[in-house]
Amino acid sequence: MTFWNDPINFIANWLTGLLTGWGVPDLWATIIEYALGITALIVFAMVLDILLVWVERKVVARFQDRLGPNRIGPFGLIQPFADIIKLVIKEDITPANADKVVYNIAPVLAATSVISLWAILPLSSRIFGVDMNVALLYLVAAGALGTLAIIMAGWSSNNKYALIGAFRMVANMVSYEIPMVIILLIPTILADTMSVQGITQAQSGIWFAILSPLGFIIFFISAIAELGRSPFDLIEAESELTAGFNVEYSGMKFGWFFASELLHAFTFGGFMAVLFFGGYGGFFGLEKVAGFGWLTNPFVESAVFLAKAMFGYWAIMWVKYSMPRVRIDHMLAFNWKFLVPLSLALLVTTAILHKLLIVLPTWQYAVGMFASNVVIITGTIEILRAHGRKQRKAEEKLSPQPVKN
Amino acid sequence: MYSEWLYIGVFIIIGIIVPVVPLVFSALVAPKKSNPSKQSTYECGIETVGESWVQFKAQYYIFALVFLVFDVETVFLFPWALSLNRMPMFVALEGVLFIGILVAGLVYAWRKGMLEWV
Repeated sequence: MTFWNDPINFIANWLTGLLTGWGVPDLWATIIEYALGITALIVFAMVLDILLVWVERKVVARFQDRLGPNRIGPFGLIQPFADIIKLVIKEDITPANADKVVYNIAPVLAATSVISLWAILPLSSRIFGVDMNVALLYLVAAGALGTLAIIMAGWSSNNKYALIGAFRMVANMVSYEIPMVIILLIPTILADTMSVQGITQAQSGIWFAILSPLGFIIFFISAIAELGRSPFDLIEAESELTAGFNVEYSGMKFGWFFASELLHAFTFGGFMAVLFFGGYGGFFGLEKVAGFGWLTNPFVESAVFLAKAMFGYWAIMWVKYSMPRVRIDHMLAFNWKFLVPLSLALLVTTAILHKLLIVLPTWQYAVGMFASNVVIITGTIEILRAHGRKQRKAEEKLSPQPVKN
Repeated sequence: MYSEWLYIGVFIIIGIIVPVVPLVFSALVAPKKSNPSKQSTYECGIETVGESWVQFKAQYYIFALVFLVFDVETVFLFPWALSLNRMPMFVALEGVLFIGILVAGLVYAWRKGMLEWV
């Protein structure tokens, strides 16, 4: 074992030797090691977060045919650091009528909920926080904490815009968590485990996005809704609620809401990579071919993972800057009348077909799963078309005089 | 090795400390020149009218009830999904039956017009 093929255990073993040599009890040595490793991981996440601000601003500028930040540093790379200094030295204004305790806890909770997701994010087969056997439930729980932070912020500000933003967040949460949790069952069935490492390793042959493309699409939509990003950004809706839930926040407290939203989006890009695109691995067996063994190096795996997560983040941004905002009743109807029945149908089909086809060779299994998804997608589109046709007929019947062109 | 939950515990403690540090730093260096009009509730530049903590009509409370049912039921589906490979076919189909009961509830709520914006 060297630093290059197992960095975390290498440093941990060295530290254990050092600490027990000093006479530190076993439990405290473990806690100190954990604390050092966790601090390094969180600092990495925070530096990444700062760079995400730059990426976000550069990409939105390109979408809107602008240049974006380009004055401070090369390509404007120093801009987010300047932003942080500005946010920190800004006066923090708390509204006189606000519920001060809840108002101050909310931004910290928003950041903590996102940071705690990094505990289970598998950067590589040997660089990860912890490999829990209930990782997917932990993912749902930590996501719900972020929602709670937004509700707390909206309610405690004692502002009408913020309150309406918080109310919409509740509506958002009570809908889109259902398809999300149902879709999380699909990687669980396919990989036969809830641990993220297990799910990643189950995809070393074939990605779950190929076995269940529809599952990926539904997860992508509900992830965007969970993040509260456009087209589901009704909690902020700057054209009607000015800034929604964070309208009363200023300075670094606002900064944490902003930073945690970006990091949350990136982290969900990472989970999309883990659940459907093979995470740090998923080279379709290429790593077993002679000459490609370096693909399993932990640093290479981390780079692959971060690239996939960045791609997911970019896809979320792409949707955000090219879609108009939906109305709230449309959002709820879309969830309950479309996504929930569709995801339940997909779950039942996946479970039964997985049970029937698992005895077949891998390629027949993969073709069967993919074909079942295609059938469901086609059927859904046909049902929607028939429904649309029926509605059009009914409307034509209502207006007796045909429109003359 | 100690339990993975010790790791999660340490992680969450540090995860709380990290966001607090810039806030404390900001409280030390930021100017403090507040006045009543600065601290008043923002309402697009005009004087604030009335209270915000009033009884507000949550038009989606029916959705919240349906959500509660579904959220509890999905928790029961996780053990089923995890043991799917080790159970005979008819047990797997019982899970499907369970989902069928869920769908029946959803269809009932839909037919009763509960999934409309009221």
